[in-house]
Amino acid sequence: MITISHLTKTYGGFRAVDDVTFTAQPGRVTGFLGPNGAGKSTTMRIMVGLTPATTGEATILGRRFSELPNPGREVGVLLDASAQHAGRTGREILTLAQRTMRMPKSRVAEMLEVVSLTDEEAGRRVRDYSLGMRQRLGIAAALIGDPEVLILDEPANGLDPAGIRWMRDLLRGYADQGGTVLLSSHLLHEIEVIADDIVVIGQGRVVAQGTKHELLEAAGTYVRATDPARLAAALVAAGHPAEQITGLGQQGLRTDASTEQVGEVALAAGIALRELRPADGAGLEEMFLALTADTQRDDTQGEAA
Amino acid sequence: MSTATIPVTTTDVGQHARAARPTYAPIPMRTVMGVELRKMFDTRSGFWLMASVVILAVIATGAVILFAPDADITYDSFAGAIGIPMTIVLPIIAALSITSEWSQRTGLTTFTMVPSRSRVVLAKLLDTVLVGIASILVALAVGALGNVVGSQLAGVPTTWDMTVSEVLYILAGNGLGLLMGFTLGVLFRNSAAAIVGYFVYAMVLPTLSALLASAQDWYADAQPWVDFQWNQTGLFDGGYGPTEWTQLLVTGTIWLLLPLAFGLWRVLRSEVK
Repeated sequence: MITISHLTKTYGGFRAVDDVTFTAQPGRVTGFLGPNGAGKSTTMRIMVGLTPATTGEATILGRRFSELPNPGREVGVLLDASAQHAGRTGREILTLAQRTMRMPKSRVAEMLEVVSLTDEEAGRRVRDYSLGMRQRLGIAAALIGDPEVLILDEPANGLDPAGIRWMRDLLRGYADQGGTVLLSSHLLHEIEVIADDIVVIGQGRVVAQGTKHELLEAAGTYVRATDPARLAAALVAAGHPAEQITGLGQQGLRTDASTEQVGEVALAAGIALRELRPADGAGLEEMFLALTADTQRDDTQGEAA
Repeated sequence: MSTATIPVTTTDVGQHARAARPTYAPIPMRTVMGVELRKMFDTRSGFWLMASVVILAVIATGAVILFAPDADITYDSFAGAIGIPMTIVLPIIAALSITSEWSQRTGLTTFTMVPSRSRVVLAKLLDTVLVGIASILVALAVGALGNVVGSQLAGVPTTWDMTVSEVLYILAGNGLGLLMGFTLGVLFRNSAAAIVGYFVYAMVLPTLSALLASAQDWYADAQPWVDFQWNQTGLFDGGYGPTEWTQLLVTGTIWLLLPLAFGLWRVLRSEVK
């Protein structure tokens, strides 16, 4: 279990992490979602004591990271798969971790197998690894101490679709055994695929958190019509505020009304629909897009509502 | 009597959910030292840096046999020739042991496995001192071999003109050079900056200091009290009295201990990215 309470980190006047509070529960995979520069990595570095917090506290299994006697046995950490000496072999990097944590020697070969790195690949120097191989090696190093908690920063970066599926299964199995997993990503899709709980962070602040189910449920209905402006007006007139959504190059509307209600409104107004379905994260996606946008996108809100 | 058995959902919770996880013993210092020592040898660059100690000792020994006049085929000549490459290689080894954690960003892993940075730095310091002592002893042994072979080849009697105290002076001189490299590593946390810094300390400052001393009488008097490099390299000639030791202590505090303390203070507080 990871508990983050009122964590703040400032650099001069800039608040990189702003009053962040959340917990990652055992038995669940918690996704830490946010655009680049939102404060995910800084928050994770604070958790493991690499960056001092300005205020607030992060505890793992009830203790601060620096108080853990042999941290690798309790928390597996992967912050940056490329932060390794390029001249070391993969096997050597795992051996250093195995020795530091005082694990049996056999753990190295076991972990190589878990992450599907061959003997030949393990003997190669890390400079000759692809990013995907580095991620696998990093995950092996995080797992080597048989920890109870995993903290992984962008672990799916550089993995191909098969690799992402492999990691999802690995983390799922790990959480099902009672482990706590916190992983970050700047891609909503990755988080949707892997996580049970989602914490969304933007500009250092938590903007949404809950189970994946809750966050997707709250999304309402997604509808596309030949004349979206008229449909929006009709929905508003029927008491269902609608917002315009631009996704995959298509203009659609999202509303809290049910699909049935939207269909009736459209029929009554004589508007032909092109698509009508539950929004399935469209709201989450919209929020996420708004976070990634450099400027406030008040214009879309204004014309649709 | 009901025969219906309620299906017991036995989800395999596995190891993680065991009620009580064992309390782990703290990582002992010898483990940290062992791992840090291994890290000094387990890359090609690290390995050859260490190998260069032996290689340079052999080259220096060979050079004495080839080029020194027969009268100079004594152990003192061999030890002197071997000592020169040592004063450069050992400080670089010491500096790199620290800076690679930042330059190669391995610190991200090192300091999450051992959060106490002071323990990691202390382990590295002890390791470099051990490596330094071992290097000098190996070099002296190579020199001894050269002395035996060289005197045979030249047909002169084998001369062992070095005392234990002279050996200790050499160890002290090299040890302080190594600490200087370590200090620069801790201070700069960047390989290039630390190495350049050491060459400035070892090559540029002495020249400037000598120039100033020859031009300004007041500096010539003050030099032993401000020039640490002068005091450190003076150890290789030996024969220190109370005044020299005091001067070494004073300059060592200013040039070595204070920067090291400042560097450590920053290492303990800095962000590892």
